[in-house]
Amino acid sequence: MNATVATEYTRSKIHPKKFALGVACASILMMFAAFTSAYIVRQAAGNWLEFRLPDIFYINTLVILLSSATVHGSYLAFKRGKTQAYRVLLVFTLILGLAFLALQYQGWQALTSIGVELTTNPSGSFVYVISGVHAAHILGGIAALIVAIIHAFALTHKVTPARKLRFEMTLIYWHFVDFLWVYLLVFFTLQQS
Amino acid sequence: MANVADKPLVHEDDLLIEEYGYDDHFHDHHHGDKFQSNFVTTYFFSQDHKMIAKQFLITGMFWAIIGGLMSLVFRLQLGFPEENMAWLKPVLGKWITVNDAGIGSLAPEFYYALVTMHGTILVFFVLTAGLSGTFSNLLIPLQIGARDMASPFMNMLSYWFFFLAGVVMFFSLFLNTGPFAGGWTAYPPLSALPQASSGSGAGMTLWIVSLVFFVVSVLLGGINYITTVLNMRTKGMSMWRMPLTIWAFFITAIIGLLSFPVLVSAFLLVTFDRSLGTSFFLSEIFIGGQALDHVGGSPILYQHLFWFLGHPEVYIIILPAMGIVSEVLSVHSRKPIFGYKAMVYSILAIAFLSFIVWAHHMFMSGVNPFISNFFVIFTLIIAVPSAVKVFNWIATLYGGNIRFNSASLFGIGFVSMFISGGLTGIFLGNSAIDIQLHDTYFVVAHFHIVMGVAAFFGMYAGIYNWFPKMYGRFMNETLGKLHFWGTIVGAYAVFWPMHYLGMAGVPRRYYRFDSFAAFGSFDLMNQFITIAAIITFGFQLLFVVNFFYSIWKGKKMTDRNPWKASTLEWTTPIEGIHGNWPGKIPTVQRWAYDYGKDGKDFIPQIQPVGADESKDEH
Ligand code: HEM
Ligand SMILES: [Cu+2]
Repeated sequence: MNATVATEYTRSKIHPKKFALGVACASILMMFAAFTSAYIVRQAAGNWLEFRLPDIFYINTLVILLSSATVHGSYLAFKRGKTQAYRVLLVFTLILGLAFLALQYQGWQALTSIGVELTTNPSGSFVYVISGVHAAHILGGIAALIVAIIHAFALTHKVTPARKLRFEMTLIYWHFVDFLWVYLLVFFTLQQS
Repeated sequence: MANVADKPLVHEDDLLIEEYGYDDHFHDHHHGDKFQSNFVTTYFFSQDHKMIAKQFLITGMFWAIIGGLMSLVFRLQLGFPEENMAWLKPVLGKWITVNDAGIGSLAPEFYYALVTMHGTILVFFVLTAGLSGTFSNLLIPLQIGARDMASPFMNMLSYWFFFLAGVVMFFSLFLNTGPFAGGWTAYPPLSALPQASSGSGAGMTLWIVSLVFFVVSVLLGGINYITTVLNMRTKGMSMWRMPLTIWAFFITAIIGLLSFPVLVSAFLLVTFDRSLGTSFFLSEIFIGGQALDHVGGSPILYQHLFWFLGHPEVYIIILPAMGIVSEVLSVHSRKPIFGYKAMVYSILAIAFLSFIVWAHHMFMSGVNPFISNFFVIFTLIIAVPSAVKVFNWIATLYGGNIRFNSASLFGIGFVSMFISGGLTGIFLGNSAIDIQLHDTYFVVAHFHIVMGVAAFFGMYAGIYNWFPKMYGRFMNETLGKLHFWGTIVGAYAVFWPMHYLGMAGVPRRYYRFDSFAAFGSFDLMNQFITIAAIITFGFQLLFVVNFFYSIWKGKKMTDRNPWKASTLEWTTPIEGIHGNWPGKIPTVQRWAYDYGKDGKDFIPQIQPVGADESKDEH
């Protein structure tokens, strides 16, 4: 048979699992977009208690940013075969992640102490709920980090495609929840100024 | 050249796949059997997309029957409010109150519970999970030439979360205080105040839990569908060669992923209001003379969040049906789909617009009329891509050599319903006319025709068309046609009169109308609707019987490609196997709609383009 056969075959380079994670992050983002736009709509309706976000939330932002740096460093060390740095930085990341949660809790207490309780006014309720849901997503990231640490310590250090992929998934998610917090903080700050 | 396979050479397809397909070494390692090694992993915790599709379908059918029966009960109430309903006591128990004279009547709280459950079940469990869950699962891997979904495991979880959502909702039907009764849209305060009505307590809690499981199911499924379509298409299957079914499922999944999380946000805020005392949606409220602590909440805010999902949701329901109908009409009229690219662009346009029209559900809730104007305009613009699609379906049928079988009849019925219901949408979309029509039976007529019935028609078209792919047998054609005629006549008989009710101002969600002298003239019409509904439901039972009978006793499929369709799913063996193709994966050489080209009845997608073939100009 005289025929032309399709030859072009471009499979996209990104791994399907990584792609799926990206899609999942997009839908998480939509949830927070909903929260923050609800915030704006509600704020416009009046009866809105003004207050300043306690400083501890800003300090905490540094903590989470630092954890993004350490997890990235760990990833680079993993790829370059530096076992020590790979392991230590990963543990640092976990500690920073837990510290972030603890400090968020402090932040909520600071809010309460300036008289903004969960039920005082929607302006405060939004801060509690939004940062609380964000903390829940951090918790998911911490679970992923723990798995990564178990891998780092239990397995001999080898850069296989499967392990690289797994690490990259953790990495992407952690950067994502970090970015998410920065977005939320900037949002709150702009709305409250 | 023999496209229509000569009998001895039954599988010309196999030869083509062997020659031009590519080997992904799928069958070299033995993971094929890990998935279906025993009874439990085959029928329950299956990770095979074809089995998961059947699970979605049959679970959806179960819910359709339950939800349909509920509507009959409340229709009896609306049509015959004086009749004795004591005979329902064995089923409904204490929700039927029998007076001294022995006359049983439906408890008003339970009427609301029935309406609410009917809406929730049909919208989410039947027309979302049962429709998009079934056909996305069945067709995405088969039509794009993939062995399975990107993550079969997540796909399995998606079904089981749906199942769990169903279990929770089912359980709520048996609560002592009854299931949630505040309408499928769950507006506060009925949803946000546990003491607001009898269904607002435990009933609402279970309703939210169930729907959160449901959203998880939609998200797991959707992530998979999107990833599979973008990453797992076979060689040669460019986006512009995908059948319209795949385009529709793909865009549907994207809409779902962007809108369902917003619903979760709303539910979360409702939950805080319910149990932790916040006031997101609750403003100053008195119950039983007592002022509640809540201050400053905004129930409108909930409506914004809900309809930001709610409107896209109606397109989540209708787009898969549109994709199925495009495919079915093209195959059975033996013509390429008219305006393929226009079809794709209108799906994209509808999807985009569906995110910026939500407030047309809120014209009467006190939103700023200037803001309403913005939503009026975008709402009316949706009519444009909708009309393009309708035009293209009719143009596809026009002059075709149409096979009038159950599948294509339901496809044509879909177009009819979509036109009828789309036209009333244009009335509702004008905020001034909506002042009269909002919350009347006109709205009920609109959305049942354009979404409820139309989506069911799309689903039936799909089931009759792909039943052989699912079960290797055909459904009975005579029963199928009877089912079609009964359903289309019945559906119009039920919903057409409701337009008149609505224009006269008869409000929806009322338990009875006898204290409104103005509506007394509609008693006969309400009786007519109720009787028509019962008969139409009877025709659906015909379908259920046909379906299950045919699974075991239907006419056996002997030809792999009974409809002479060009898409890939019909190149797989009759007995569906894990991994779909026994050897290599087929390579795609052309678009999905080469029907009647160069005088040939059809040319399968796996057939290379001949040197003397005329160029495609779609
Ligand atoms: C030409 C396109 C359409 C227009 C202009 C339109 C417009 C509208 C408007 C303005 C309403 C609100 C009426 C009111 O509550 O007063 C409405 C309700 C509704 N529409 Fe449409 N519509 C269109 C197509 C569709 C389609 C394709 C579907 C589903 C597949 C759909 C499903 C619904 C539903 C479910 C409701 C009622 C929800 C409820 O209140 O319970 N509509 N439509
Ligand atoms: Cu709408």
